[in-house]
Amino acid sequence: MSAASESVRPEPSAEERFEYVLRLADTSLVAGQRLAELLGHGPTLEEDLALGNMSLDLIGQARLLLALAGRIEGHGRDEDALAFLRDAPDFRNVALAEQPNGDFGETLVRQCLLDAWQLESYECLTGSSDRELADIAHKAVKECRYHWRFSSGWLARLGDGTEESHARVSAALESLWRFTDELLTPDALDARMAVCGIGPAPALIRERWETRMAAALAQAKLERPAHQHYPWHGKRGVHTEHLGHLLAEMQFVPRAYPGATW
Amino acid sequence: MYTQALDSPAAAAADAHERDRLERFQERIDRDEKIEPKDWMPEAYRQTLIRQIAQHAHSEIVGMLPEGNWITRAPSLRRKAVLIAKVQDEGGHGMYLYSAAETLGVSRGQLIEQLLSGRAKYSSIFNYPTLTWADIGAIGWLVDGAAIMNQIPLCRCSYGPYARAMVRICKEESFHQRQGYEIMLTLSRGSAAQRAMAQDALNRWWWPSLMMFGPSDAHSVHTAQSMRWKIKRFSNDELRQKFIDVTVPQAEFLGLAVPDPDLRWDESAQHYVPGPIDWSEFHAVLKGEGPCNRERLEARRAAHETGRWVREAAAAFAEKHQEPLRAAQAG
Repeated sequence: MSAASESVRPEPSAEERFEYVLRLADTSLVAGQRLAELLGHGPTLEEDLALGNMSLDLIGQARLLLALAGRIEGHGRDEDALAFLRDAPDFRNVALAEQPNGDFGETLVRQCLLDAWQLESYECLTGSSDRELADIAHKAVKECRYHWRFSSGWLARLGDGTEESHARVSAALESLWRFTDELLTPDALDARMAVCGIGPAPALIRERWETRMAAALAQAKLERPAHQHYPWHGKRGVHTEHLGHLLAEMQFVPRAYPGATW
Repeated sequence: MYTQALDSPAAAAADAHERDRLERFQERIDRDEKIEPKDWMPEAYRQTLIRQIAQHAHSEIVGMLPEGNWITRAPSLRRKAVLIAKVQDEGGHGMYLYSAAETLGVSRGQLIEQLLSGRAKYSSIFNYPTLTWADIGAIGWLVDGAAIMNQIPLCRCSYGPYARAMVRICKEESFHQRQGYEIMLTLSRGSAAQRAMAQDALNRWWWPSLMMFGPSDAHSVHTAQSMRWKIKRFSNDELRQKFIDVTVPQAEFLGLAVPDPDLRWDESAQHYVPGPIDWSEFHAVLKGEGPCNRERLEARRAAHETGRWVREAAAAFAEKHQEPLRAAQAG
């Protein structure tokens, strides 16, 4: 990103930056909230603690990103106002993140697909021309590397474990694969942020995600499901039915006691 | 006849040897030496420790459930993050404690099986429900506060691995206690509804917290021997009194009323004197008749059962991926 190219690079509007940061923030928040549901219920104590760690990392990322979004917006909304007082259509997470935990296989597959995307995205965002975003990405990328190691390791164990585990994880993959298109298909905002040097080039993310996932599936002895195209638009606020329930639970206290400090 | 004639001197010698070993063991304890896993120890000492450490480990694991109940509903992202970290710490405490118990010749699997079958005990406090956000504050303040009173002396327990595990656990518990009190402080400085929520939580958690110290000394079966072995250093009643003396002024600072109409300050003894504890409730909860006994055990069993195929897959994977290595080693 040379000085010459920066001088001709277009500048995004505050609205565009706000929307873009919310996509990252809400994806981390919603995925973290999903994993938080599991604490105390994991298949072993070690896995319980690992899932809790990932939840904590994701919520930590969400807090930094929401605070940044609030500053960009400039209307005085802090991380909690953004997390607890927006309704589902204002959430900008990818639809994959809000899918229910299901059994451990479904949780793991959801995380694996998402971890690979977050890892590649944050890796690129460390070079973002938005300094604040780049700083957050530097922290997040380290966490995402660990998340990927955990989820791809478990994908291999489940895929190449017993007949039952192979069947369960294959079914989970088949069910969740339809949400991957949204991760990899850029819309106008993704394209614009790439042109502005803030977001990664979408083609690069797709290529790296595909490579990473192909290797993980091969190691896990799992078939890549057939392409299932449905244009999910979580990034633009059109969600699955699951998000409303997740938010109803998450937001209940601040909404029941408006204006209270906790 | 012959056998008897032959056995008697041998048995007598064995008895003398045993007495001698017991005496030397007690001398080590009296000198405040730590007993380590490979040292000789009386079987009753070993069994007492296994029972106590396992009970403590199970309490940490079951204790993740009532607080876990509020993680998804924590009222701010900071509170959510702190609560996740706290519940995770409890899981971690469970892990070190199971490891400490394993040094006494019992496996984590056996201990978990005892918990799930309902044979092992865990702290009765976790059989109470968490009904509002204020309960998370009350648990940190009162339950972790009471746990610290019980556990600080265990850092000097005669059994090395347990004492060392407790040093780390107590550091984390004191952080938990502070975050609980801070939740209560925020609520008590908040709206009328928040203050009412805090008072309601104190009303429900006060007596069960006092019962956490166990039956009064007159009715405690394990106290005397455990004190001699320095597994325990203070009696149940001494620790309970210490907790009351520390906690009542904290409640006053919060502007909350301790739900005990008989509570009074005894100027000459320099102690608070509480009203009578309803031990019938304690025994009912201990017997499995508390508000959440059934739910807590069912949640643990469900996690174990639904996780079975995952553990089997991990074992099968490990087995498969060791085979090429074994074949190479054999070749």
